[in-house]
Amino acid sequence: MTFEKELLTGNAAVATAVRLAGVEYIPAYPITPQTEIIELLSKWIDEGKMQSRIVLMDSEHSMMSAAGAAAVTGVRTFTASSSQGLLYAFEMLYNVAGWRAPIVLANVSRALAAPITLEPDHNDVLSARGSGFIQIHCETCQEVIDSILMAYRIAEDGRVRLPAIVNLDGFYLSYTREPVQVPDQKLVEEFLPEYSPPEGYICASNPMSVASAVLDGRAYSYFKYQMHLASLNALEVHERAASDFERLFGRKYGLAEEFMLQDADYVLVTTNSFSTMAKAAAVDLRKAGKKVGILRIRMVRPFPRAAIARMLAGKKGVAVFDQNISVGSGGILYPEILAALYHQSDRPKRILSFIGGLGGKRLSSAEFRHMLSAVASEAEQDYLHMQSVLLFTDQDWGSVKGMLRIAGKAVPEETKEDAH
Amino acid sequence: MSIKQHRTIRDIPLEESLTAGTMLCAGCGGVLLVRILEKMLGPAVVTVNAAGCMSMISVYPYTPFKSSWFYVAMPSAPAAAQGIRDALDILIEKKRISREQDLKVLVVTGDGAAADIGLQSTSGALHRKLDFYYLVYDNEAYSNTGFQASGSSPYGSNTKTTSPGSMAPQGLSLDKKDLFEIWRAHRPPYIATVSPAHIADMMQKIETASQFRGPKLFIALSPCPPGWSIDSDKVIRVSKMAVETGVWPLKEAIDGRVKHTVMMRSNRRPLEEYLRMQGRFEHLFEPVLQENVLKELQKKVDDYWASVSG
Repeated sequence: MTFEKELLTGNAAVATAVRLAGVEYIPAYPITPQTEIIELLSKWIDEGKMQSRIVLMDSEHSMMSAAGAAAVTGVRTFTASSSQGLLYAFEMLYNVAGWRAPIVLANVSRALAAPITLEPDHNDVLSARGSGFIQIHCETCQEVIDSILMAYRIAEDGRVRLPAIVNLDGFYLSYTREPVQVPDQKLVEEFLPEYSPPEGYICASNPMSVASAVLDGRAYSYFKYQMHLASLNALEVHERAASDFERLFGRKYGLAEEFMLQDADYVLVTTNSFSTMAKAAAVDLRKAGKKVGILRIRMVRPFPRAAIARMLAGKKGVAVFDQNISVGSGGILYPEILAALYHQSDRPKRILSFIGGLGGKRLSSAEFRHMLSAVASEAEQDYLHMQSVLLFTDQDWGSVKGMLRIAGKAVPEETKEDAH
Repeated sequence: MSIKQHRTIRDIPLEESLTAGTMLCAGCGGVLLVRILEKMLGPAVVTVNAAGCMSMISVYPYTPFKSSWFYVAMPSAPAAAQGIRDALDILIEKKRISREQDLKVLVVTGDGAAADIGLQSTSGALHRKLDFYYLVYDNEAYSNTGFQASGSSPYGSNTKTTSPGSMAPQGLSLDKKDLFEIWRAHRPPYIATVSPAHIADMMQKIETASQFRGPKLFIALSPCPPGWSIDSDKVIRVSKMAVETGVWPLKEAIDGRVKHTVMMRSNRRPLEEYLRMQGRFEHLFEPVLQENVLKELQKKVDDYWASVSG
């Protein structure tokens, strides 16, 4: 069997995967940079190229309500959002997860207002980390198309039955064309069986009470613990799905990706599309004789704590790159990495925290090299860095000063955390 | 169109879809009308609920319904109803369930969800011509949280957030939103107001509504014993008085054309008789008679009926 590669944007990759997965129902609401997904699906449905039903909702909150309710009733459901839209639907994220409705949601990352902007960081998707949604974060358009298919397989598995978010960076992936091998429809059907809820469809002869109130902490805890345990099951279910996927399509995915990690002393932990730049920086440093590697976390929820601990054990130093900011605390993933490593007897001596790429701010390879070099030098010292380093170069500062001048504002004479 | 006639309460179907033993307050006007609606629609129904008093009707692990129940969230029961309706259509289309297995989709919310926080999702469902029933039990406040003012609370009422104090002796200074007209502007095939004291009228309206595809909406007066400060056994009497004083017009709109099913243009009882029955209006009479407020309230009713033609 030969596979043709097509040039697809990240958004087109999502839409193509949705078509291949035989999704039956798509409640939709527009938001940049996700809109192209819905436009494509809508066009294919209107032209008869795809058998599915799209419904244009009045908000993301309504969209998520319709999606969850349809999945519980018994049809395979997809929806997509970004940023403010995800936050507008926030109440329903928790509800849909609690309904155990296995929808798949493509989140095209975009930084959160204020200030309102279009380009990506991960404050939107990571704000949903406690909701019960499975989260898979993608680096490439190929991974996007593959992950949507895997997300359905995992979400609908009887041991999991939770909704899933597949995350792709706005602009860096959503509007960027990359060569993508489109999976064969027949093989997709082999990989992903038809969806049928284990309790059967809600209908006249099968009445159900869904999401009734509980007035008792014991009942509440019972349901919440079940969700948590089901989410943890996704680690194992992913394993099986990934091995089937590899057998059918020849591409291999783990909970996290190890790039030049085997013999690395110093490691940068990343997620999503900026990982590509981090890898390029690591290759450069390798050429200069530095033993560095990248650990890209792919499955963010459930958090693959044991796998990460195993991959980072014995390293001399680790830097965590957070493309997000928990204001007043720091990076969101940093403490999770720390927690994963704390009980490792051979844990890295130094684990540093860096924050950058907010609002889509492109990072130069110099900044990635800086992170990797900093962890190497600090690992040798007894100096303890307690705060996250906020990456902001002289060029960045210069461009902001330029904007302040254009706006006729005074340029503050303040010191900044010097990146390099 | 010839449809079944319901003239007296003897025509109420005997089969219960909503069994006894819920946690709702004794005498709740809302649950009475939900029960009638469930009887009329039969067992093949899924009731979709937004946060409010009625969310307490089905508390895990119990349900008083023989049919399906789906609790959603406060703002978006009509949106979830869209998802359920569409999913059922897809399942029937693909022959995964037979047409006989189809369900009627019924949204039940309070007035706060309908007039305030859920107005957007309702507008969306009406705009999309969703085929569903919607009953809003209008107790004219957020009763489930202890009776705070909602967009549906009437001028001059005492709620937990509009206490008649020296700064605002009348209590609430805003007018009740006209949900009937807000909904009517969307031109759904059927809207009606109903009251617990006029069961035959309600049954006839449900019968009429069931002839139509698309949104079928009911606004139900729902006297709230704790919130309105009335005895549980006075709910029907208060409901009757609401109709007889003309403050709760019984009407329907088919494709936007309004018809009053109980005409109160003349021979209305003074509104004061209705107000005096309820603790939430007590401050209009004691310790000082607030004549200007009473006049204002009576004028609103009179103006309404003056605008009603034939």
